[in-house]
Amino acid sequence: MNIAVCVKEVPSATSHKRLDPATNRLDRSGDSELNPFDVHGLEEALRIRESGEQVDEIVAVCMGPERAQRPLQKALALGADRAVLLTDEALAGSDISGTAYALATVLEKQNADLVILGQQAADADCYVMAAAVADHLRRPLVTQVAHLEVSGGKLRAKRQTEHGYDVVEAPLPAVISVSDAINTARLPSIKAIMGAKKKPTELLSAADAGLDTSRVGSAGARSVVAGTSPPPAKDAGRRIEDSGGDSAPAIVEFLAERGVI
Amino acid sequence: MATILVFVDHDGDAFAPNSLGALRKASTLGGETVAFVAGSGLDDGWAAALGEHGADRVLVADDPVLADGLPQPVVDALEPHAREATVVLFGAGVATADVAAGLAARLGAGINCETTELSLGEAGVVAVRPALGDTVMVESTFASAPAIVLARANAFSAEGSGSAAPVERVPVTVQEWSRGATLVGREEAETGGVDITAADVLVAFGRGLGGPENIPVVEQLARALGGEVAATRAVVDSGWCSYSMQVGQTGKTVSPKLYVACGISGAIQHKVGMVNSGLIVAINKDVNAPIFEFADLGVVGDLLAVLPKLTEALAAR
Repeated sequence: MNIAVCVKEVPSATSHKRLDPATNRLDRSGDSELNPFDVHGLEEALRIRESGEQVDEIVAVCMGPERAQRPLQKALALGADRAVLLTDEALAGSDISGTAYALATVLEKQNADLVILGQQAADADCYVMAAAVADHLRRPLVTQVAHLEVSGGKLRAKRQTEHGYDVVEAPLPAVISVSDAINTARLPSIKAIMGAKKKPTELLSAADAGLDTSRVGSAGARSVVAGTSPPPAKDAGRRIEDSGGDSAPAIVEFLAERGVI
Repeated sequence: MATILVFVDHDGDAFAPNSLGALRKASTLGGETVAFVAGSGLDDGWAAALGEHGADRVLVADDPVLADGLPQPVVDALEPHAREATVVLFGAGVATADVAAGLAARLGAGINCETTELSLGEAGVVAVRPALGDTVMVESTFASAPAIVLARANAFSAEGSGSAAPVERVPVTVQEWSRGATLVGREEAETGGVDITAADVLVAFGRGLGGPENIPVVEQLARALGGEVAATRAVVDSGWCSYSMQVGQTGKTVSPKLYVACGISGAIQHKVGMVNSGLIVAINKDVNAPIFEFADLGVVGDLLAVLPKLTEALAAR
């Protein structure tokens, strides 16, 4: 079987995130990284391969600016065999609908039996891409999977809802998103990092992918940012840097001051 | 007149509180509020009660294929009605979000997630969401009809009244591929144990605690504060502790006088379950953890150093 793992380039956790006032889009000029939620998808693909299931290929699929090749290198170091980067100016400013359409169009040609996404993107806090992609591909869907078994051309997944845990089975090909609790990802070895440089990354333009450009980018966006405003004011909290537990008296003092002890 | 179609999720006979909040919000927008409920063996009287929560009328999709609440058959059942609507509104929920996203893809429609405010006016449908770690409020309009709007957990109150609404049973057509995923088991949320929603003080932990072997350190602090222990989805999913202790979107919503968050990053799914706590103290070694953005006191440090010393200092008082 073949596995495709969707990955996204997001601003790094340490960078200051802001919207570009000129475009109302996320300012992506700062440092970026591989979406941490997607690392669990790559790890799970590796674990399926290690479970004895015949996995011929793991491909990392990304839509983003050209510089997303850097986080894609990490995806390759984490175990993907090759990478596909859909990158085109025409895609800038795509909304969820446009992104799902574009990703699904690229995935369609990857011949993947299982498409894995992370549960959400760290920059957008949405957890809807897997379901949208599954609908485009007309394939069974299980999101937020916390435990996964894949064998004999089907998957069995356990996922949490508001009502408890559901155990869902689906035939392959299928689309899933994985919970960040599904696994603890291993760190890539130096050898894997070096080896990633030799793995192929294919760059696709919108035309290469056969996209209808009226459905993507700012022009194709069906959800349009009209304005921004500051959030409701909130008092800035107090901050203490602890060293070896030396903050305990200050915490106790704070709790006493606020009358909770 | 604008039609606001609200998908109402339910667990057996119980309507999902977030769906009822969405329904109530819809009823304030000045259009016709239509509730849509899907399942198998549904009772008309039960569905009609959605009128008490703001529905002007109720569409019931009743078919064995909808019995398990899996999202893809629901998208099929909802689609023809969504095409007629101005807005399709969804309360927060795991399966609900799947339905909303599948529907948006099906219709090529715009979708706004994490919505905390919604209006209908001259600009059309306007949805507002907090973004970038809730540091900015983003207002969106739609270039599609319908607009798909997915609410943030606990965004809208279900408070209000009304009377039973007329019920219409609608035909259900489900595509073959939508039946691919099947529910083979359900582990009900545990009942019993401590009711964390009733506690004045909660000491909650996330994966930053390192491992289940460190839970006693949290328990000792909870005891010293006269409180109970709570947890994040990630540690429950990892099997460190029971689901009944979980705070957040798929767990409990709590508002104790004091919430001590230990090794919790403060992801939005957790935040929505505890942000209304009286006082929030966060202890985390990651200086960039989002929880520091909304904690009243943030302690940047190693839990295994801070918690025992804090327990000791409290005991010495």
